[in-house]
Amino acid sequence: MKDQVVKKIDIDIDPRIYLISRPREGAAGRTGLWRVFRPVVNISKCIDCGICWLYCPEEVITWSKGSKISIDYTYCKGCGICSQTCPVKAIDMVPEEM
Amino acid sequence: MSTRVRIDQIPKERYSLPGNAACQGCPHLIGLKIVGKVFRGEATLVIPAGCSSIIPGYHPYTSLDMRVIHVPFASAAAVAGGIARALKVRGEDAGPVIVWAGDGATFDIGFATLSGSAVREDDIIYIVSDNEAYMNTGVQASGSTTYGAKTTTTPVLGKRDKRKEIDLIMLMHKIPYVATASVAYPLDFYEKLMRASEIRGFKFIHLHSPCPPGWRFDDSETVDIARLAVETGAWILFEYNQGKLVISPSSRLYSDKSRRKPLRQYLERQGRFAGITDEDMKVIEEMIDNNWRILLELEKLFK
Amino acid sequence: MAVSISKKRIKTAMIGNHAVAQAVKMARVKFIAAYPITPQTIIVERLADMVERKELEAEFVNVESEFAALSTVMGASLAGVRSFTATSSHGLLYMYEMIWWTAGARLPVVMAVVNRSIGPPWNIHVDHNDILTMRDSGWIIAMAENTQEVFDMIIQAYRVAEDKRVLLPVAIGLEGFVLSHSAEYIEIPEQWEIDSFLPSRDPDVPYSIKRGEKFSLGNLGKDENHMLLKIAAMKAMDNARKVIYEADRGYGKIIGREYGGLVERYKIDDAKYVLISMGSWSGTIKEAVDLLREEGYSVGLLRIRYFRPFPYEEILKHLSGAKGVVVYDRDISLGKGGIIATEVLDYVDRNTSFWGVVTGLGGVDVSSKEFADVFKKFVMEIELNGFTKRETVYYLGGEVFEI
Repeated sequence: MKDQVVKKIDIDIDPRIYLISRPREGAAGRTGLWRVFRPVVNISKCIDCGICWLYCPEEVITWSKGSKISIDYTYCKGCGICSQTCPVKAIDMVPEEM
Repeated sequence: MSTRVRIDQIPKERYSLPGNAACQGCPHLIGLKIVGKVFRGEATLVIPAGCSSIIPGYHPYTSLDMRVIHVPFASAAAVAGGIARALKVRGEDAGPVIVWAGDGATFDIGFATLSGSAVREDDIIYIVSDNEAYMNTGVQASGSTTYGAKTTTTPVLGKRDKRKEIDLIMLMHKIPYVATASVAYPLDFYEKLMRASEIRGFKFIHLHSPCPPGWRFDDSETVDIARLAVETGAWILFEYNQGKLVISPSSRLYSDKSRRKPLRQYLERQGRFAGITDEDMKVIEEMIDNNWRILLELEKLFK
Repeated sequence: MAVSISKKRIKTAMIGNHAVAQAVKMARVKFIAAYPITPQTIIVERLADMVERKELEAEFVNVESEFAALSTVMGASLAGVRSFTATSSHGLLYMYEMIWWTAGARLPVVMAVVNRSIGPPWNIHVDHNDILTMRDSGWIIAMAENTQEVFDMIIQAYRVAEDKRVLLPVAIGLEGFVLSHSAEYIEIPEQWEIDSFLPSRDPDVPYSIKRGEKFSLGNLGKDENHMLLKIAAMKAMDNARKVIYEADRGYGKIIGREYGGLVERYKIDDAKYVLISMGSWSGTIKEAVDLLREEGYSVGLLRIRYFRPFPYEEILKHLSGAKGVVVYDRDISLGKGGIIATEVLDYVDRNTSFWGVVTGLGGVDVSSKEFADVFKKFVMEIELNGFTKRETVYYLGGEVFEI
């Protein structure tokens, strides 16, 4: 049987396939790779105020009153807002290891 | 009706997820995260063309854990009005319908639909996250750009047109709620959203969103610049709520000109004002004084 | 076919615009947003009247422009509610961006387009260019000939648009003043008959805006995804061909009127010559066909009801074996010619004579006698030269000419 030169394919017409997106972390990739500087927390200095958590644009800071903060470096872009807004300068921006 | 919120009362759940396409230090993300937390993701956002069309990343994924409808540039307010009314026709309670627009979509190309929607009293919250230029297309001047600011379409002389006073315009639409907010004062923004959500009708919130690449300052300084805008009086936080206009607590101090930080401190931190002439600075200062004068009078008028 | 005509059907005289409003009401449309423009305005006025008198239970929104009208209607359709708008000419052009977005988003909106010329200069009379600007956008496009058909088409439009195999918006054209403002007899079925033909809209199709649903519609994606979306829409258009026939037949079974699907065949079965046209002036062309047949010409009319999806099968079938084809275009694509002629020419055999006649632009009136005269000239040229093929000729002021 000769192979067909032009195939006939069946295509799903449901518009949702092509137009609907679902929420997910990393929708633009591993943005941690963007970093030139990385925020390093001096946890003993941290006063558990939550201000860095409030301002972090990326939502990569986890804060639990009583347990202070932690940073998710998978997606942290290293903008430095946490360092700038920390009232006690407990976060340093150090050059990222390339 | 005073709803004060403490930082530890803000929900910890994330509605603007990490790993999105926004620039480092983007103020829109601060705004979006607050919007998400106020409504716990149960809101329908209508987003016209702008940075926020790109920020959520690529299909089939999105960084926004809410309902989001992306729409053409000028259409947001009208589409949102249609959705809100249709949900009511269906008797479906799906949380508020919220326009999340930039200044380009609001001051310029979408001005007619914004006005029409307000006149029709569409039951929506219209938030303009204002970075004072067409940032998504590479920093061109908009109706919101501050006088004297350099953009790619006002590259040498700086903007010659004066800023459109959108808040006063919306106030004159006789809508029940008009407020300004800033990414440096997220709790204030949170409270304003809460109060707005309790009102039926067209609500307008103008969020000041300094943009690091567009205004030319370091990624880490977004919140500092936004704060300086308020501390120099350049950005006035106020709230008009169903007949009563109040200068917000964080701006109250600066109604007294002598308590404002020198305007220079705000302008010199931004590359878009580099080399600004003294005349132009004077013009900006006069505009700031004028805005304060009007708002303080309005505060007396709307007691 | 045995159909019991209900005794409570109303037979009355109605202008085209009122027939549109009547159909919108009986289709149980729940949301209308529109902006006035001559000659559509009466549709909007009549609907506002119906809503305020509570004859029609729907949300009616006065918007500040046509752009806002379609944007608002698009929003309502997104939220799952059966919606309607209407416009003409410049109004259609003003909402043009949203026309593409609505079709791209596969929303089952129905819109009446009261055909009107596009300026400059200002002109409120009919030609078809306005609705034809929607040609490539993904809207299903149909043109009605008379008030009865306008009514029937609007009802069927929702059935077709909301079908899961289709999910495309539908535009129904009616000629400005010629049909919109002319009173003709129309038979209005009873509401229960319409209800048994047209089910209510499923609010979760295609998108589900409700609590707990988390999704984004329309954010950036891979280029390949965009191309696949368009190909999928082509498939939906293909499906629409079948669904349009189903709707036509289904309507016929319940209501008793059937039109023949994508095209109407008027005295075409044994015809040596085939005329092709679209829109209300086809009624006048039918009169011309009758006149010509009396004089012994073997001619019939293939009236295009649905221009998109393009009825290529029907055209191929009825043109094969024809000695000559004349297309009457009340529109023009500057730089090419009549739009229908251009699309039909693909299916005309090389040996079949052909004229693409452009006339009636800007509302120029063409009488049945004039349509017949043009055709007679076509036949005359065939008899003189054995064959003729002219892609574009114009008819104006009694003359058939080329430039």
